[in-house]
Amino acid sequence: MAEVQHQHPPYQRHHFESVAQQFDATNFAMWLFLLTEVMFFGGLFTAYLIMRNWYYPAFVEASHHLSIFWGTTNTAVLITSSFTLAMGVWCAETRRKSGLVLCLVLTFILGLVFLCIKGIEWHAEWVDHHVPGLRFSDADFINPALDPSIYKEYHDRPLSPGMALKTEEYFFLYFAMTGMHALHMVVGICILGFIICRAWAGAYTSGHVTFVENFGLYWHFVDIIWIFLYPLLYLISRHT
Amino acid sequence: MSQHAEPHSREAELHIVSPKVYVAVALSLLALTAATCAISYIDLGVFNAVVALAIAVIKASLVVLFFMHMKYSSRLIKLTAFAGLFVFLTLISMTMADYISRAWGRW
Repeated sequence: MAEVQHQHPPYQRHHFESVAQQFDATNFAMWLFLLTEVMFFGGLFTAYLIMRNWYYPAFVEASHHLSIFWGTTNTAVLITSSFTLAMGVWCAETRRKSGLVLCLVLTFILGLVFLCIKGIEWHAEWVDHHVPGLRFSDADFINPALDPSIYKEYHDRPLSPGMALKTEEYFFLYFAMTGMHALHMVVGICILGFIICRAWAGAYTSGHVTFVENFGLYWHFVDIIWIFLYPLLYLISRHT
Repeated sequence: MSQHAEPHSREAELHIVSPKVYVAVALSLLALTAATCAISYIDLGVFNAVVALAIAVIKASLVVLFFMHMKYSSRLIKLTAFAGLFVFLTLISMTMADYISRAWGRW
């Protein structure tokens, strides 16, 4: 009998008083989840900070082997994907179904482009024997002239064998950080595929924007992680 | 359109950020990316890292404020995000204080 005065849209769960309360509660929960993610990536960033100070010459010369071109391109790709998703949230809020689907599909494609570019970079590191544990050699750092293209640009000095070993620490952190970031992208892209199907069916353009909005928070958070990885891994070691 | 009759319709309260804002933020982010890349080619000594991280902080702030709607969020959400930042910075400074002071004078 209480049901009579408790009318609500189908997407509102019974235990919430109103759609607004449901939105605030899930939005708050999403932010709490992102805080745990801050702590998770924070540990990796702290490790990078400490290791870079300890083994500074190794970290600088190892970083010279990354491609700034691909790093910058990927930053632009990820920022654009955040923009298309933000536009998707706007389309959901203003109930434009085809616009929402278009924005989500663009975000999905840009996410895949990011992963492909990351794959190109990882492949180059595999070819160059810069994958710690699996395929690693510090020959490039004991004798930098072995890699003429890098040597021509940076004129790196040979590292002592002890310090050259520490370039493996750099690549370990590089793969740990970009790998965990890419894993978050893969999870995001899978959820995005689900959201696209639901959006196609019209689930988010009838007033129910919570899910798209909260997924946006996750996607933008992953974007922010990359915004910090990009200068730390690629840029700050060009000049010593 | 039964939701419109509802007194607590979310749409009445939800701040819809206009696409103009999103376009402006996206263009600023791309411009800052180009700037940070270009600046890395100039030798600024220790300031290369400082400038690169400062630009990264500005970019992250733009994303949080506009794409993540922090500017238009409730105080609860603002406090939550600030608490996260505060704890993160506290933990980093305590860790760094330990590493710096443990080998005091031996570096």
